[in-house]
Amino acid sequence: MIEMTHIDGEDKGKVVLYALSTCGWCAKTKELLAELGVEHSYVYVDLLEPDEIEEALTEVERYNPSGSFPTLVINDSRVIVGFREQEIREALS
Amino acid sequence: MNDSVIGKEELVKRCEEVARDAVQGGYFLNPDTDFTKNLVRGLMVNEQRYGYPACPCRIASGKREQDLDIICPCDYRDTDLEEFGACYCALYVSGEITRGEKTVGPIPERRPPRSMRKTVSKAPSGNVPLTVSLPVWRCRVCGYLCARESPPLVCPICKVAQDRFERFL
Repeated sequence: MIEMTHIDGEDKGKVVLYALSTCGWCAKTKELLAELGVEHSYVYVDLLEPDEIEEALTEVERYNPSGSFPTLVINDSRVIVGFREQEIREALS
Repeated sequence: MNDSVIGKEELVKRCEEVARDAVQGGYFLNPDTDFTKNLVRGLMVNEQRYGYPACPCRIASGKREQDLDIICPCDYRDTDLEEFGACYCALYVSGEITRGEKTVGPIPERRPPRSMRKTVSKAPSGNVPLTVSLPVWRCRVCGYLCARESPPLVCPICKVAQDRFERFL
């Protein structure tokens, strides 16, 4: 299991963000989640240990075959790839 | 993996270099200076971590030969600039975006998924219709072509390293 950082907030279901610590779009997505005040977990995949990176990438690819970041997964089913602000706002409103 | 520390002065200097190179090459950097600065910091972090400035918005493998296509400027920059007005991480943007006539939206990932990636070919990329007295090398970033025994150490047009060239003819 990959260790995620948990952020408290309003319960809008299970919200998981896979991000990179160096990525501008990931930062914007993270800020948006903070602004919306929703409970979520996130992980900076680039800061993990090599074997964990592999595990995390496989997990990301299951939701988003291109394996790109940010990948936001809501309730293990709805997947939003990239900083799609409107889509994220609507999904978590 | 420990994160790297980038000095403020170092970052400012690198931002200036990136901006100067962009202007010289006829490119524009994202006018959102904070956003751009963070991306340049990301490039510097990746350079410290992996030894090359991999795209800050992509996960690098740590193996240069597997990441050649995502070393900034990446192989996909110009195609994304043309189609979306920005490169994948949005460090580089089009003139329209610089002038505020258009805004940057999310750019879909053009890099093939891991399972479909090919390594750069040292053999000619297509059918060779004619005989050439010297191999022809193509820069994968800017398209510069040259006929010589091996590619130049540095692309004279866009300044990327020798390993960004592929055999064209």
